[in-house]
Amino acid sequence: MNKNEVFIKLPDRPPPSSTVGIIAWTQKNLFSSTTNTLTTILFFYLIYLYIPPFFDWAIFNANFSGSDRSICDANKAGACWTFIKVRFDQLLFGLYFASNPDQIWRPVVALSVFVLILIPLVIEKTPHKKWLLIFLLTIYPIIFIILVYGGYFGIPISNTTQWGGFLLTFALAFVGIVLALPIGIILALGRRSEMPIIRALSVTYIEFWRGTPLITILFMASVMLPLFFPSGVEFDKVVRAMIGITLFQSAYTAEAVRGGLQAIDKGQSEASMALGMGYWQRNVFIILPQALKISIPSIVNTFIALFKDTSLVSIIGLLDLLNMSQTASRSLDWNGYDIEGYLFAGFIFWACCYGMSSYSQKLERKLDTEGRTE
Amino acid sequence: MTSASASKKSTKNEISPIITINKLNKWYGKFHVLKDIDLEVNKTEKIVICGPSGSGKSTLIRCINRLEVHQEGSIIVDGTELTDDVKQINEIRSDVGMVFQHFNLFPHLTVLENCTLAPIWVRKKSKLEADEMAMELLTKVKIPDQAKKYPGQLSGGQQQRVAIARALCMQPRVMLFDEPTSALDPEMIKEVLETMIELAESGMTMLVVTHEMGFANKVADRVIFMDEGQIVEQNDPKNFFNNPKSDRTKLFLSQILNH
Repeated sequence: MNKNEVFIKLPDRPPPSSTVGIIAWTQKNLFSSTTNTLTTILFFYLIYLYIPPFFDWAIFNANFSGSDRSICDANKAGACWTFIKVRFDQLLFGLYFASNPDQIWRPVVALSVFVLILIPLVIEKTPHKKWLLIFLLTIYPIIFIILVYGGYFGIPISNTTQWGGFLLTFALAFVGIVLALPIGIILALGRRSEMPIIRALSVTYIEFWRGTPLITILFMASVMLPLFFPSGVEFDKVVRAMIGITLFQSAYTAEAVRGGLQAIDKGQSEASMALGMGYWQRNVFIILPQALKISIPSIVNTFIALFKDTSLVSIIGLLDLLNMSQTASRSLDWNGYDIEGYLFAGFIFWACCYGMSSYSQKLERKLDTEGRTE
Repeated sequence: MTSASASKKSTKNEISPIITINKLNKWYGKFHVLKDIDLEVNKTEKIVICGPSGSGKSTLIRCINRLEVHQEGSIIVDGTELTDDVKQINEIRSDVGMVFQHFNLFPHLTVLENCTLAPIWVRKKSKLEADEMAMELLTKVKIPDQAKKYPGQLSGGQQQRVAIARALCMQPRVMLFDEPTSALDPEMIKEVLETMIELAESGMTMLVVTHEMGFANKVADRVIFMDEGQIVEQNDPKNFFNNPKSDRTKLFLSQILNH
């Protein structure tokens, strides 16, 4: 080494032991100050106060056995999951399938196929994901209709007026989400179009449907729409609800997508223009992939809201998962056990929404080639 | 017709204009940015445009591929006049490459995909062919090993060289550079300028808006000085730098050369 060298590189040393490990973490995060310590103690006290009794009620003292309310009435200290067990088919698949147990395989297969497509779609390394998605969006709805509605291959028809429970929630949300995304994208592009008529049409559509409560739209679809058709023309109630939800949802999706479009630097479209790319090429290859990526959180947010809003179809007399739980717990057999019904419906809603939310976060991280999120 | 006789003349001479700008005027609202610009650019000519900020130099070259719309006058690129016809605009754009101050690479595509997207979809090349040419050009700008990376993983100088390769992949007849080194750290300016010098030596027609007077001196056939939307003076670099005619040019040169 050169003796006259002024700069000497110091070797890396490990951080002091007081800053790493569990004890250091607890000290730093839970007991760093008096206020923090008091908050921690209070919080643990609240957990102690409420959590064990809840588990006692929901699990340790709960009733699972039997097939009627007598066992639950005898043991009021625990939850009555017997109710959910007995009415399970009704809560998940609606009245038709609950009263025709030999047909129950139809919704079971339909929902299983959905899950079987969804799992490889969510797993990152699956090859040919594009085709799976195309299958889900085109063939799957047909399979669903043939299985659940019936009418072909000797499968008896289950009238949509008897659809209900989770199956109805799923059908409404699936149609709403799958149709609202493309319509929303077109509307968002339309709102930013340079052609004044297209822009005006898009703005009018978005502002009209966004400014109207979903309840009103569903009510109108149910009560007003038939007035415009000649008497005798029967328009399916579920289809009407689907149309209403799609119209409403596409306006919200459009605004979420527009937020993403606005965040894209002008240089991106200029660069693609300078390469001679046309309007659709620019949007499909350059602008939308980036804009949709940015708007994933807000798009999924609207999807989650929609999923929960499907319960509003009770206004037109359709019984989705939530309303089915309510109805079941108000029946003579199970009157008084509505908490269990609500908890069950709430749990399923939560599981679906949490699934959507985690997947969107995963997708965001995966698509992040710019290192925006950590 | 005058244009017919002009084109006859140009076939006789070896040098023929690839870009002809005639009495070009442009306004931003009420602000008159370009005033009566006349400019002919010959094939293989290298033109450096300089001038203070707000003088309209960027606007001028952005008019050539219609990133800005002019209100009066005409721009003819390679025999095609720029009008509102979208098809014509896209044709001209695919023949005119552009390099931007902020690179404007597509961050969601790899370096290679950045270079092949337009050749595949605009030029209708096969993926294989586009990949081959992109790798060849990435080798020319000395970053073939970065082809699979995303733009965000490269340095500014590398990104700008990718941007140059991306434009070249369309096999343009003219290249426009809009302050290509202004957003770069000093140590990266050199690598980009070297790439541009090589490109100039290969015979590309180039219009470069820049403050790099060393580059102008070395490469330019003609230096144009613009101020307040007008071409104040144009000359070959030797005369432009050594005996500028107008006081405005002298002032500008003294400001940028003596700091």
